[in-house]
Amino acid sequence: MKILCCVKRVPAPGAKINVTADGSQVDAAHLGFTTSPHEECAVEGAVQLREQHGGEVTVLTVGPTEASEQLRYAASVGADHGVLIPDDGSAWDPQRTAAAIGDAIETLEAQNGSAFDLILFGNESADTGGFQVGIRVAYRLRRPIVNGIKGIEVSGDGTGAGTVTARREIDGGFEVYELPRPCVLGVKEGLNLPRYPTMKGRLNSKKLEIQSLDIDAAAGGQRRVRLHRPAEQVSETVILGEGPEAAVAVVDVLEELGVL
Amino acid sequence: MLLVVLEHERGELTEAAREALTFGRSLADKMDEGIEAALIGSDAEPCVNQAGEFGAEVVHTCTHELLSDYGPDAYGAVIAEMVAELEPAAVLACGSERGNEIMAQAAARLDAPFVANCVDITPGYPWSMTRVQWGGSLLEDSILDADVALFTCGLHAVAAQPDDGADASVEEFDAEFDESHCVTMVKDRTVQEAGVTLPTARVVCGGGRGVGSADGFAKLEELADLLNGRVGCSRAVTNLGWRPHSDQVGQTGTRIAPEIYIASGVSGAIQHWVGAMASKHILAINTDREANMVVKADWAVIADLHQVIPAITAEVQRRKG
Ligand SMILES: Cc1cc2nc3c(=O)[nH]c(=O)nc-3n(C[C@H](O)[C@H](O)[C@H](O)COP(=O)(O)OP(=O)(O)OC[C@H]3O[C@@H](n4cnc5c(N)ncnc54)[C@H](O)[C@@H]3O)c2cc1C
Ligand SMILES: Nc1ncnc2c1ncn2[C@@H]1O[C@H](COP(=O)(O)O)[C@@H](O)[C@H]1O
Repeated sequence: MKILCCVKRVPAPGAKINVTADGSQVDAAHLGFTTSPHEECAVEGAVQLREQHGGEVTVLTVGPTEASEQLRYAASVGADHGVLIPDDGSAWDPQRTAAAIGDAIETLEAQNGSAFDLILFGNESADTGGFQVGIRVAYRLRRPIVNGIKGIEVSGDGTGAGTVTARREIDGGFEVYELPRPCVLGVKEGLNLPRYPTMKGRLNSKKLEIQSLDIDAAAGGQRRVRLHRPAEQVSETVILGEGPEAAVAVVDVLEELGVL
Repeated sequence: MLLVVLEHERGELTEAAREALTFGRSLADKMDEGIEAALIGSDAEPCVNQAGEFGAEVVHTCTHELLSDYGPDAYGAVIAEMVAELEPAAVLACGSERGNEIMAQAAARLDAPFVANCVDITPGYPWSMTRVQWGGSLLEDSILDADVALFTCGLHAVAAQPDDGADASVEEFDAEFDESHCVTMVKDRTVQEAGVTLPTARVVCGGGRGVGSADGFAKLEELADLLNGRVGCSRAVTNLGWRPHSDQVGQTGTRIAPEIYIASGVSGAIQHWVGAMASKHILAINTDREANMVVKADWAVIADLHQVIPAITAEVQRRKG
């Protein structure tokens, strides 16, 4: 099975998110970087399918050259190939990102001489949360897509014509979709429990050859003006105690709230 | 005209649809335009009156027989056709899972921009809006140039409120529609009979890495059971395999809104906090007085949760007799 996963490099903030003085971006000066949990699950899901059926997993990102770190991380947990579309350091809007990814996929499929059997996106990116890049790419490729997926099964060995059965969580249950291949899914954390890199995986990831594709696309209609933090709820924390004897005061609170 | 896309389930508008109409009424006022609604699905008819109660003046129904269940591509195709034919100035849905999906599907077909999860929209050339990023931890002011403006409003950005509006008139929309538009229809549906669920529980006993092990959660289970609540957890816990992902509270987990959230051994990272901030009250149990969860809580106990939780459980049992 040939599977492509699209991942995005995002800062990993702790207790609060700080914004640069001009409001143009998240102040990442003292932050590490990661990919969204949704996308980590996409990579894990792809590697599991390859382990079952054979094939290859490619990871693709649009971002700064440093985003190769996220591609290498994916390789350390089992991805075979990495593709980087360097951006110009500005935040690309979702239409521009989707157009670049669509072009890249057409290029890669022409190189490979065949279509990816399955393309995985995250349900939404962790930072900007546009809820659309995967859907735009799928429409451009005229392939079906469903978002919000937490379960994937493929018919046969996952290659050629056949189906992909996808489960989506709803309140108290799930919906089932059946898509003809090749197809696209937007997945969510909970799809699986991503593995940690092994020593061997880490060594392999250092050797990953990253293919760089210079692709740009026209800006879309939405433009960021400024980022800012929502007004904070300030509350004076009442300390009820510093040991098990605080239990009495805690249960007084529960009683007062009527939840006992 | 502002067109509001309505989500429905078993003959009822969903809460998200009611919110979209509530948000849409004030947006249509600002635009100085009328408000109409799109109801898609062969079983959508009973919702027309509800749409009227919430302010829709005209309801465009699309009850094609192939639309017997939800399908993202089918719904997206119908919205795109409605935009071409009815020429609304803007289209709005609620930023629920389906709302965002349908609008992205429509936007792809129209090759138009789509702005998800807005909390404030100001019409004009260009439009300006404030939307949420990072699941609600950050706000983005943006501007939008578009022939037709496609938006969703953030889930719970407004509380649903009926309008004293009159009945809506109904217009059946004749979509150019065939099986090729229905590749991704719901094929099957399983609904487990659910008791108290994490999103609806009045009490959530949450545990983080500080709980120390999967077994450590037995203490939280016991307290949650006594209070008719549910156990929640942080992503650190899910990643360690101590609890299933369905227990995770946060940006990539569940949003909770209990009367009280008792958070034990949770540091309160921003991605956890956005899932917990709708709780009416928060009590933190943590050994670290400076932990973000403690700083943001209404009450806190600064101590080892392994001692405090059993003591609380014993005290609850004593008072319950
Ligand atoms: C894009 C993205 C999305 C994310 N989504 C989520 C999400 O949905 N939900 C989520 O939870 N996280 C999410 N995270 C992860 C988040 O950033 C934190 O890593 C995580 O919430 C930390 O979990 P924790 O509080 O259990 O662990 P820690 O941060 O390690 O905190 C443990 C706490 O336990 C306390 N403690 C230790 N021992 C004891 C004891 N004996 N008694 C009392 N207290 C004790 C410590 O003082 C500390 O405060 C996300 C991260 C990213 C980048
Ligand atoms: N810069 C990017 N590089 C690679 N994939 C991306 C990028 N931005 C978004 N995606 C993918 O598209 C999904 C949806 O993104 P969004 O529409 O921004 O919420 C993400 O979960 C990623 O899988």
